[in-house]
Amino acid sequence: MTIPNLVGAGLIVIGAGIGLGQIGGRAMEGIARQPEATGKIQTAMIIIAALLEGLAFGALFLGK
Amino acid sequence: MIMPIFAEILTKGPLLKGAQMKSRNLFLKTLFFSLALAFSSASLWATDPVTSKEPSHEDSADHSVSTEEQISDYIAHHIKDAHDFHLFSYNDASGHRKHIGFPLPVIVYTSQGFRFFMSSEFHHDDSGHQVVERDGVSLVKYHEKIYELNAGEHALSFGDDGHHGVKHEVGLGEELSEIAESEEFDASHHPTNAHEVLDLSITKSVFGFLLVSLLMLIAFRSLANQYKKRAVPTGFGRVLEPLVLYVRDEIARPNIGEKHYKRFTGFLLTVFFFIWTSNLLGLTPLGFNITGQLAVTFSLALFTYLITQFSGNKEYWKHIFWMPGVPAPMKVILAPIELLGTLTKPFSLMIRLFANISAGHIVVMSLISIAIIMKSSMGAVGATALSFALSFFLTLIELLVAFLQAYIFTMLSALFIGMAVQEHDHH
Repeated sequence: MTIPNLVGAGLIVIGAGIGLGQIGGRAMEGIARQPEATGKIQTAMIIIAALLEGLAFGALFLGK
Repeated sequence: MIMPIFAEILTKGPLLKGAQMKSRNLFLKTLFFSLALAFSSASLWATDPVTSKEPSHEDSADHSVSTEEQISDYIAHHIKDAHDFHLFSYNDASGHRKHIGFPLPVIVYTSQGFRFFMSSEFHHDDSGHQVVERDGVSLVKYHEKIYELNAGEHALSFGDDGHHGVKHEVGLGEELSEIAESEEFDASHHPTNAHEVLDLSITKSVFGFLLVSLLMLIAFRSLANQYKKRAVPTGFGRVLEPLVLYVRDEIARPNIGEKHYKRFTGFLLTVFFFIWTSNLLGLTPLGFNITGQLAVTFSLALFTYLITQFSGNKEYWKHIFWMPGVPAPMKVILAPIELLGTLTKPFSLMIRLFANISAGHIVVMSLISIAIIMKSSMGAVGATALSFALSFFLTLIELLVAFLQAYIFTMLSALFIGMAVQEHDHH
């Protein structure tokens, strides 16, 4: 693995980490505000997180 | 084969009774934790022989192979597909290397036609030295690929430098494992006096695939049959029924829509239970890595892709090729992007499942290896305790991931299908 690849992988992971943090944090806020909507918020959160994860894995896979 | 059974369950299956939920939850929790405990301790035992593993390539000029290299070699071998089941190895009293496992059938299409034999004929050799003769065809196995030697050749040879010793394989699966190799290795990576054959063998993953299919067929056939006799299933059917209803009511119905969901529920249920069972099978110490093979996830994603495209209605295609509501020049620009978008969706499904499961397996095996790596600094008991604690908790997380990935794959498949079949009546 060359150094540009490693730097790129690091950037991808940083970006994905920020994104996941945003998703998780906002979902927590939403649940705290409306505990009765927990199920719906969790489902939406998991879908968005999965899409983000797919993007990150795709980028890591293509940039290997 | 399985989809009609699901249809039967769905048409005849009654709704879940709420009163039984509490005791069931307790039962499921107990089951979950005992399974996690059993898996993590069993994997620890199954991987232990790495400690005594000798350099596996006796022919290799370099005998000073470090433990770390052996471990990464071992992990890379686990992630890859294999032609036999390798449970563990040990050295017997006379110092010979003994391998415990069982062989699988090899089916290859060579230049002389089909050849069948058991993989035990390679005698656990993966370096291309054990030649199997079958009716005028010489076959060797090198890095889990089967090569046919050219006429008159008796051993595999490689480019000019003949570099084929122990490699440092890191990363996810076969494709990513080539990262560490430089270009000149690639040049001599392929044998010069042999060619690859069409390999239709029942490999470890194919065997696992068939096993999962068989398990699902038995479980769901019996569940479907139960509805002929009674309204509420007994035994294992009580575990399956809520899951079937969950996929139908929480995944298929809201994402595809009331009108069309029934057509696709069979596919979604098959995919869900196949991925989940394969993921769980991958956590057993048998060494399966079915959903961690790109070929498997590729074919699963291909099914989603084909079903989405073939069930797409007029609206769906119109939104791809001639997006309504945007200026004409934008429509031209959007068409190729939208067309590419139909491909990236199943592509991300494929990569997500493959990468998640492979990464999980690598991390579990790396944590288990802590027992070996830290032995000198922490002592055998301390290192094993640390390794056990970490791999136990990771196995718990992996049990969650096993379900989550099956759920995500099914959910996103349902979402994509729903996009293709939904009717736009808001104009």
